[in-house]
Amino acid sequence: MNVSPAVAPYLESFRERRPALPGGSLPWLRQIREAAIAQFRDRGFPGPRDEDWKYTRTAPLERQPFRAATGDPEDAADADVARCAGRVPAGCCRLVFVDGRLSRAHSAFEDPGDGVVVTAMRDALERPPEALRRHFGRYAGREGFPFAALNTAFADDGAFIHLQRRASTPHPVHLLFLSTGREPDVVSHPRVLVIAEVASRALVVEHYAGVGAGSRCFNNAVTEVVLESGACVEHYKVQLEGESTYHIASIEVQQAENSHFTSHLTSLGGRLVRHDINVRMAAPHARCDLQGLYLASGRQHMDFHTRIDHLEPGCTSNEVYKGVLDGRARGVFNGRVLVHPDAQKSDAHQANDNLLLSPHVEIDTKPQLEIHADDVKCSHGATVGQLDESMLFYLRARGIEERSARALLTFGFLEQMLETVPISWLRESLEHGIAGRLPGAADLPGLGDREEATS
Amino acid sequence: MLQIADLHVRVDGKEILKGVDLEVSAGEVHAIMGPNGSGKSTLAHVLAGREGYEVTRGEVRYEGRDLLALAAEERACAGVFLAFQYPVELPGVNNTYFLRAALNAMRRHRGEEEISAMAFMKLVRERLRVLHMDQALLKRPVNVGFSGGEKKRNEIFQMAVLEPRLAILDETDSGLDIDALRDVASGVNALRSAERAMVLVTHYQRLLSHVAPDFVHVLNDGRIVKSGDHKLALHLEEYGYAGVGEEAALS
Repeated sequence: MNVSPAVAPYLESFRERRPALPGGSLPWLRQIREAAIAQFRDRGFPGPRDEDWKYTRTAPLERQPFRAATGDPEDAADADVARCAGRVPAGCCRLVFVDGRLSRAHSAFEDPGDGVVVTAMRDALERPPEALRRHFGRYAGREGFPFAALNTAFADDGAFIHLQRRASTPHPVHLLFLSTGREPDVVSHPRVLVIAEVASRALVVEHYAGVGAGSRCFNNAVTEVVLESGACVEHYKVQLEGESTYHIASIEVQQAENSHFTSHLTSLGGRLVRHDINVRMAAPHARCDLQGLYLASGRQHMDFHTRIDHLEPGCTSNEVYKGVLDGRARGVFNGRVLVHPDAQKSDAHQANDNLLLSPHVEIDTKPQLEIHADDVKCSHGATVGQLDESMLFYLRARGIEERSARALLTFGFLEQMLETVPISWLRESLEHGIAGRLPGAADLPGLGDREEATS
Repeated sequence: MLQIADLHVRVDGKEILKGVDLEVSAGEVHAIMGPNGSGKSTLAHVLAGREGYEVTRGEVRYEGRDLLALAAEERACAGVFLAFQYPVELPGVNNTYFLRAALNAMRRHRGEEEISAMAFMKLVRERLRVLHMDQALLKRPVNVGFSGGEKKRNEIFQMAVLEPRLAILDETDSGLDIDALRDVASGVNALRSAERAMVLVTHYQRLLSHVAPDFVHVLNDGRIVKSGDHKLALHLEEYGYAGVGEEAALS
């Protein structure tokens, strides 16, 4: 079989690293990894004929192979970690990963709550609990997404979060993935598995940040979330690496009866960014909310693919994505909602709104509803537009110059997606992150500084 | 303070103002009344600097400067304030932040220091009291989900905080219930001063029974057809605008 030159280095790297990967002595895990690398070998990188990758070319990723970091994760500067972490309060259980590997010194394994286990994925794979063994790799790695297979083959760190019946996290579990850019062409394969047993409640923040401009790096992340009946998981993903980072990630969610999954995604950083979120509501009366906001400028490319499967009756899904594109940025939104034949009384709503700040941007948005049941309530829609002239005039009539007025309205457009974020430190970090990236925001001191604005 | 001379304005190719003359001095309150479509709101918007209004003839001087040459934000910074007939909703823009940004833009323009957060909140609380406005509105996005009355109160509240030299109130009384009308009127009255001028654009006399104007002008078909004191407003309330137009045509 012919293996493409872009794929070959990864196969070679796998042969080299295989013995040292966590859980290398466990046959079941070895088998999963072997199957995954074989899948990646057969599929290769997505090609121009892949409908799912129509607007996103991964050629820049293929040109040069990426390899695992060799530096010591403990060497990351405290100041860098503190700056990237944002205003996380003390008492939060926090795992810090530097170029893909856990830094124990920077992490705080505070008590995550009764019946809640938070472990580094590396440790969990070395001594896998039964629950991990049952779920690891079961949901990721669909057809058409070879990157998840690549992650499964190489996965060596990340987090395993397990909530027993009725357990709940008193504070959000904060997973901070730092890219230092101190070594060239570093790849990491962060892996997160969340298992929420019956009636448990979890708050998880998966946070990607870059320390500085630095050299190219590639974050290839996979998150699997399993919700048993009545479980409630809120997953916040924050993606703000530097401009030389490639970020490709999938979130795979499996939901049981009456469970409620919330995904809140903020994408501000990176050069080439792709997020896939797949939710399977596999039992009656499950509910999922997918919320996303993105701000891309310069030559950033951001692609969001979501798929929600209504497999059983009485499930509800709500999806809202809002984005701003500036400079020469490119955005892609593809949201599929599938209502299967048995899924009567499904309630599905989907919206994607885009604000274009420059004539050189491009957005390809495609909300898709596929309905195979007849008693359902579904809606979908997409908008693409510019800032409203009457809003601009209102601000200018109050003395705010046009540039700042534009920044303020753009901020407001995205801020609407943050109003419901219940974690105040996270909301503030995100507001600051957005304000700091808006052209014209320099004249708006304290924008996003909620305390100052309303105290 | 404000001199409007022979002002002609077109909107979408149609002539709306056909030669307006008006002089407003500091300390005065002028009411501009007129039937629907007479050009009242066009006049208010032209003075505030809204785009899409083509001035074909005439001039407007404000404190000796050519007002029409200034951008909307420059006019605001120079002390011109428009209370909107339909205040715009700004989703996601915090009311307090917005108002402080506006005040600081004006202070920067005047070469003053920006106001501290504490001094600002003190000022805001003082002004809220006069208007009987709910403090919770400050934490909400600008005008989003506000009732009609709350939006109008918010306009007058902004005026009270920004302290303009020339305030133009465009149909601020329309759609207000009695309590809101009284609060808005007391807000306006509290701002009357020897240094400040006000132009009240209105369809009805109801606001004028709370805010006594020094002058009343009737705008009809793009021209001021009659001017007088507050008694003119009472006359209009009783006899309507039709008579005034004919009378002017005869004279």
